[in-house]
Amino acid sequence: MFKFLLGRLVQMAILFVVFLSLVWLLLQAMPGDISDTLVGNPSIPLSVRLELRESLGLSQPLHIQYLTYITNFFRGELGVSFSRYPQDVSAILWTALPRTLVLFLSATLLAFWLGFKTGKLIAWGRGAGSEKGLIVTGIFLQTVFYPWFAIVMLWTFGFFFGWFPIGRFIDARLWQGSPFNANEIFGQMIVSVIIATVIYVIGRYLIKRYARDIVTQTRLGQGLAAICVGALVLFWWLHPAAVYVADIAHHTMLPVMTLGLVAFGATMLLTRSAMLETLGEDYILTARAKGLPDRVIRDHHAARNAMLPVTTSLVLALAFVIGGGIVTETIFSWPGMGLIFLQAINVSDIPLAVGALSITGVLALFGHLLADILYAVLDPRIRVA
Amino acid sequence: MSLPPPMAVDDNAPEARLGAPADGASALELTDAGGLAKTPMWRIRWRLFRRSIGTMWALFSENRLGMFGLGLILLFAVMAISHPILMATVWDPGVYDPVNGYDAVVTEYTVVEEITDPLTEIDLQTARLRLNPTIKPGAVVSIPTQPAPPTISGENPHYLGTDAQGRDILSQLLYSTRSAFFLGAVAAFTTVFIATAVGAIAAYFGGWIDGGLMRFADLILLMPLLPVLIVLSAVFEMTMVLLGLIIGVLSGFGGVAIVLKSQALAVTVKSYVDAARVAGGSDWHVIFRHIIPNVLPLSFLFMMFGVTDAIAIESTLSFFGLLNVPMTWGIMINSAQNNGYLLSGTSFWWLLFPAGLAVSFLCFAFFLVGRGMDEVINPRLRAR
Repeated sequence: MFKFLLGRLVQMAILFVVFLSLVWLLLQAMPGDISDTLVGNPSIPLSVRLELRESLGLSQPLHIQYLTYITNFFRGELGVSFSRYPQDVSAILWTALPRTLVLFLSATLLAFWLGFKTGKLIAWGRGAGSEKGLIVTGIFLQTVFYPWFAIVMLWTFGFFFGWFPIGRFIDARLWQGSPFNANEIFGQMIVSVIIATVIYVIGRYLIKRYARDIVTQTRLGQGLAAICVGALVLFWWLHPAAVYVADIAHHTMLPVMTLGLVAFGATMLLTRSAMLETLGEDYILTARAKGLPDRVIRDHHAARNAMLPVTTSLVLALAFVIGGGIVTETIFSWPGMGLIFLQAINVSDIPLAVGALSITGVLALFGHLLADILYAVLDPRIRVA
Repeated sequence: MSLPPPMAVDDNAPEARLGAPADGASALELTDAGGLAKTPMWRIRWRLFRRSIGTMWALFSENRLGMFGLGLILLFAVMAISHPILMATVWDPGVYDPVNGYDAVVTEYTVVEEITDPLTEIDLQTARLRLNPTIKPGAVVSIPTQPAPPTISGENPHYLGTDAQGRDILSQLLYSTRSAFFLGAVAAFTTVFIATAVGAIAAYFGGWIDGGLMRFADLILLMPLLPVLIVLSAVFEMTMVLLGLIIGVLSGFGGVAIVLKSQALAVTVKSYVDAARVAGGSDWHVIFRHIIPNVLPLSFLFMMFGVTDAIAIESTLSFFGLLNVPMTWGIMINSAQNNGYLLSGTSFWWLLFPAGLAVSFLCFAFFLVGRGMDEVINPRLRAR
């Protein structure tokens, strides 16, 4: 196992250097540089623009620029953003990454959970009247033109019903003069959710270990979930920044819902087809012959194996954080990685753009590794010796 | 050693023996009348091909959703064909051109009063009038309103209204259908061509060729497609053909190649491949005659999904205004956004809904057909 991991890590490192170089070269191939975006400004003469190029190191030969960038990158210095001049790229990305990750993780996890449950049920009750409708809805959600769908969602729930704010991360008027920093509060929110999740997972493990039968396990699990969510809500309710926390949460809901609906369709269809394949296996027949209750066969024999492809797709979805993020974040004006990447590309801000893409690369690489490991955990047959 | 004499059927034609081809291009067959006739090889192949297509069609046509998707695709095809015909016959190019056409719905208003207080809240039209010093109360002014709602009568009816620049929405919609089909076809063919070749070669030769191609596939999977295309559209002048080729190459060397390789690997270990090699077939003969034909059904399946992906990606890119093409569905939504009608919702429905639904339904249709084909190829998915 250790040898396998080590081999994979070396392979990943090589792949990452190739990826980084390729991305850097591609971005260098874009016509014009940051100084060209100032051409239209009459108060900036040519000499100043040339000076700007000189000071940013853009007049050096390409291979020297490349070597400087790569060596600095692996020293942990992602450089300084051209378009937001004195700011460090890593500082900009560090504030943007949590926002994107939260948006994506909550949407994907929610969609995964609901989609898996629904997919499991429609595969089990094959031929029921609701099956066709759910399948068609699922396919439509999967193939819908996403920017258009997001616009329609924004209009329906943000404008027509007015339930949610129209885009953005916080309400600027509310936060004006507030004693709190939005990024710090957001960070604390993430930490609190992580703590609650860890407690829940440990609790689930203990329940599984010590509770006698499946019915007690399920009941205790549901109770634990309710306690964790309740404690989380109560903690923030009594917190002095409760209004601001509610504001951030309120702004998060609509983008999560939109992204989640699309992912829900895909997960549901995938679970359904995976379930149908497992239901044809011999061990399902054996389980039936033993006289096990339907629910046990469905949840513990069939669904656990159907989880395999679904888990992989969930982990691989991590790789598309920026890709999917660009559309969602543009339409909901959500200041995350995708929006920052698009803005960086528009003004040839190469350090910022490469920085954003490199983070996607890292996420994708670890996503693939995690998918392989999870595969081995879930399916003992392919466990690497 | 003595072999039983081959069954002679016609003494006058000693080369005619049942089962053994008389030459490379024809074979003997029993006819309906009970005799034997020489049939050209291509006709036999054609008949077998037709028969397998017939079986597949019978299976596919049982899938109601798949048939619905096929119907939708045909509807879109009719839409695509109808645009040049309509432009040549019924529609005046000056009014109905999808990019340069213009038609204004002009309404005449009588000016009632002059607003002197600068703080009075007035709409944009009134503000324009106020800036014009020649207009006094009582005068009649004609104001063009754009975007205009659908009209079904008049000299130049606009069945889906016009956009903010006075261009006919229906014409734009029909024109874009053609380019969507074109792009989908280019991307899907490129994907399948490359992925089938890469998959078959990697599976057959194995070793460092397999390793190299698969690491390359990993590298491409690592690239987030949309950001890379955004960068590429800044480097190149993106036209439909170029975009189709790029999408095709990226997905052809990436995920699809990996799936087709595993399918080809399953074929490579079959005994008929060994038999072909023992019989003296060259590497390329085995690849083209035995491996690729057995991977092709799966390739066609990925072609359908490839069309869906390509159209969705193209529409997203043109929604961001990154493509150098005259008109697509994505550009229609982009221009609605640029003119400030993004959150107009149902009051300007003809700006957002026709284009958005067209992209969604075309992708939906190809996806349904792909699913239907999946059930034909993969018997496990069929209903019990």
